Amino acid sequence: MSNAITRDEVAKVARLARLILSDAELDLFTEQLGQVLEHAADMNSLDLADVVATAHPFGLTNVVREDVVIASLDRDAVLAMAPDARDHRFAVPRILGEAP
Amino acid sequence: MILPNGWEMVVGLEVHTELLTKSKLFCGCENHFGSEPNTNICPVCLGLPGSLPVLNREAVDFAMRIGMSLHCTIAPSTFHRKNYFYPDQSKDYQISQYDLPINSGGFLDLPDGSRVSIERAHMEEDTGKSTHLGGSGRLAGADSSLVDYNRCGVPLVEIVSGPDIRSSAQARAYAAELRGILIATGASDGRLEEGSMRFDANVSVRQSGAPLGTRCEIKNLNSLRSLQRAIDYEALRQIDLIEGGGVVRQETRHWDENLSETSTLRVKEDADDYRYFRDPDLVDLAPDQGWQDRVRAALPAMPAERRAGVVALLDDVTDAQLDAVEVVIDLGLEKYVHAVAEASGDASLAVARTANELAADLDNVANLTTEAFVTTVLMEQRGELSATQAKTVLAEVLISGADPRDVAAAKGFEQLSADSLGSTVASLIKAHPDEWSRYRDGDDKLAQFFIGLVMKLTRGQANGKAVIAELQARR
Amino acid sequence: MKSALQIAADVRSGASSANDELERTFSVIAERNEELNVFLHVDFEGARRVARDVDERVARGEDVGPLAGVPIAIKDNMCQVGIPTTCSSKILEGWRPPYDATVIQRIVAAGAVPVGKTNLDEFAMGSSTENSAFGPTRNPLDPSRVPGGSSGGSAAAVAADMTSISLGSDTGGSIRQPAALCGLVGVKPTYGLVSRYGLVAFASSLDQIGPFARTVTDSALLLEVLAGHDPKDSTSLPEPSPSLLAHLNDGVAGQKIGLVRELVEGADDSVVTAVRSAADALREAGAEIVELSLPELALTLSAYYLIAPAEASSNLARFDGVRYGLRVNAVDVTTMMEATRTAGFGAEVKRRIMLGTYALSAGYYDAYYGQALKVRTLTINAFARAYEQVNLLLGATTPGVAFKFGAKTEDPMAMYLNDVFTIPTNLAGDPALSVPFGTGEEGLPIGVQLLGPGRSEAQLFAAARVLEIADGRS
Ligand SMILES: [Zn+2]
Repeated sequence: MSNAITRDEVAKVARLARLILSDAELDLFTEQLGQVLEHAADMNSLDLADVVATAHPFGLTNVVREDVVIASLDRDAVLAMAPDARDHRFAVPRILGEAP
Repeated sequence: MILPNGWEMVVGLEVHTELLTKSKLFCGCENHFGSEPNTNICPVCLGLPGSLPVLNREAVDFAMRIGMSLHCTIAPSTFHRKNYFYPDQSKDYQISQYDLPINSGGFLDLPDGSRVSIERAHMEEDTGKSTHLGGSGRLAGADSSLVDYNRCGVPLVEIVSGPDIRSSAQARAYAAELRGILIATGASDGRLEEGSMRFDANVSVRQSGAPLGTRCEIKNLNSLRSLQRAIDYEALRQIDLIEGGGVVRQETRHWDENLSETSTLRVKEDADDYRYFRDPDLVDLAPDQGWQDRVRAALPAMPAERRAGVVALLDDVTDAQLDAVEVVIDLGLEKYVHAVAEASGDASLAVARTANELAADLDNVANLTTEAFVTTVLMEQRGELSATQAKTVLAEVLISGADPRDVAAAKGFEQLSADSLGSTVASLIKAHPDEWSRYRDGDDKLAQFFIGLVMKLTRGQANGKAVIAELQARR
Repeated sequence: MKSALQIAADVRSGASSANDELERTFSVIAERNEELNVFLHVDFEGARRVARDVDERVARGEDVGPLAGVPIAIKDNMCQVGIPTTCSSKILEGWRPPYDATVIQRIVAAGAVPVGKTNLDEFAMGSSTENSAFGPTRNPLDPSRVPGGSSGGSAAAVAADMTSISLGSDTGGSIRQPAALCGLVGVKPTYGLVSRYGLVAFASSLDQIGPFARTVTDSALLLEVLAGHDPKDSTSLPEPSPSLLAHLNDGVAGQKIGLVRELVEGADDSVVTAVRSAADALREAGAEIVELSLPELALTLSAYYLIAPAEASSNLARFDGVRYGLRVNAVDVTTMMEATRTAGFGAEVKRRIMLGTYALSAGYYDAYYGQALKVRTLTINAFARAYEQVNLLLGATTPGVAFKFGAKTEDPMAMYLNDVFTIPTNLAGDPALSVPFGTGEEGLPIGVQLLGPGRSEAQLFAAARVLEIADGRS
């Protein structure tokens, strides 16, 4: 059993990702994620303090569009694809807490 | 409000303002308050699979205008994703500037001379709006909620002050001054009641000179009055708590205007892990000098400078006049005052007429040329119109755009000739000998008594100053 | 099977019609789709309408475009108005996009006829198309084997002669690897060359749409249509689209091509042999072959399996049951989202969401995601260094030929290792292609990989054409 990630950490990550894992899945994921993270040890052992991070392959800058209004999608067509809609809005069950 | 027992409050404000762009921040949907629900939506702002954001140039211009007005440094910036699940956020992440905001390190000087530092003013997108069904219509107790994404993706700038504010009055003054600046830049309409400008206040208390205490954040204050009251309440609550042996817990609190109190909204939890990372769908934003110069060149004068410009035209400024100047600046009407001053007219009278008569009919102000305004003020000043007549003429010109001289003539506001006024005054003196002798003995208040009688007789056509001149001549 | 070039020429000249070509495609689909599970949805009505329109325009003497009447298969992670787009996931079952991906607009404007949506690993996460919620696709060359992935359906459509060309997407090899396993040409263009607008994102900084075809010429023909600036994609390159067909026969004389040790190491003997023969063929055509080593590439697998899941964990957050797709009802919205995502995503998608969420979370960001971004920089620098010495690079596309079903499903790490040769270019953003060269075990095809610096597609195609001719395939 790998210890790159603990079962508790896997459970916490599942909550963050809005996934429910069974006990068996928790065990399996702890093992499998551990393997991937252990493989990443090759990378983690390097001293890259002086290397700049690249989030994007090419350094484009200032890509903007003009402030022009385009037509909205058809509301009825969009709401027809929704799992639940009422009063021209998307309906969801009770929201438990305020947004951050 | 003075805090008890040597306590001091430390306040920082986060002000969100929607920008007055035509379209949203990352898509071409109309940015419009009050549309029918879900009628300003597209694949991008609905977060449909496969859609991609493209930044609105005008939003960047507005953000830079705000930054420049607050003396910020404009620097190369990036967009991050703030990841959290919430139904009013269509992608379940918010695109926001994080460690590299477009504007940072500025300040705002308040009318009282104090300076509040600005940590940053960054761009981000607004969320949709939920309506709660069942219960009391509030989130707590609702059975279900309905979501409208019209507001989702509307451009926001969040202006974060340093923790420099030491009283609720200063917080209010900061918010009011900032609002004036946002309106002046054209970036915001400053409409608090529509939520286009919203305040969050970070409040903590400490003994003067002690290290900072634990802060609480009061969310979504939507008026200057609420802001001030909520900060006072919160500071006192924390002091009571600490003096009672308790400990302030870091949390987000809600201000209830009706109950006049704050209450816990949510406690900061370990689960608040937003996993910020650079949005790979957007590229760096680094306005070059040319772009910055174009924005700076188009930047209008800020309220503080404009206020000083008007005040300089007045002698011996009273508090009431300062308030009137504030109204003139807020409404952007100072060109009328300056026009009068340039025509060597009475700036003080111009401020009064602008802050009252013009402010009362803003919808029609576009009909009033500065020339017409100057003409009216000069006519009043020279005694050709009484105050009442001048107000009537202005009201009419605001509606019709006509020449004030024609309006005055059509209304029959020919001033009484000096002769005719003289004989009227003489006859009134005869009819009221007691009052006249008291006036002669130095009781100036009685001038008003005689002016009132003249006005009554002439149906308001006389000029108060001319009446006083007649009385003085006979004293 | 006619090439796309031939079909378009025949349709334009009147020797054939878009309708005839389409009906031929439909008949092959009818024959083989049940066995192979290539198409998740065939748009009979819509395709016939587009074909009729093409034929009418030809009849009126209009120039219909370079893909006139060519049936084309679309990987089911690209949006097409009104056509079910599932990403092979239960979470999107039944969803019909209200908008077209830019690539759909471009191919239709060029006269092509989209015939339907092909199977893939769920959300393009996989290397075998076994991770589809709608069952695996079989390799037309040997139905007991996988076609590769994630664009397995689009590869199989061409390998089974259903269409001459198809669209795939490549995040870590998802076009090149199935092309290699199905004996096709597959191209991962320069990042930003083809618009991603309407491509359901897996890992936004790595995803690129590209062509599958039997021939190098058809690949170039299709890529010329796909490429070009799109104002709807902020990461779209601003330069005009490159001319590819015109340079197909430029050859490799005078070119310096690097044979990269790290892009061959660990491959099966038959694959190593194929790459070496490809090097010989290029040398015979006048290229100078130099062997070189880019040790940094050994790190890219680790970096990729943190960066791609990190971006995916955020990209796939929107599948929450609120606006479209699956919803599993519950009393409150948080539970509803959890129940929906738990029921809607398959195991591999969950695994990657978990990995990505972890890599971005507080306390681990620097160690994993942050470190991976730095390895990305090293990768870019390594390639840049190589391209100072040589024009193009050569290596294997996959470690081996098409494998049997279930061979790697139990061990995610073994499956991930299958992408070890294709991943580096995605991290660098550079173009690469796989071209069939030689055969391995049981006569199954082997693909060799050609890599080049950003926007070097024309040179890559010219080199691939040399190999195609040397391999005796045209
Ligand atoms: Zn929109």
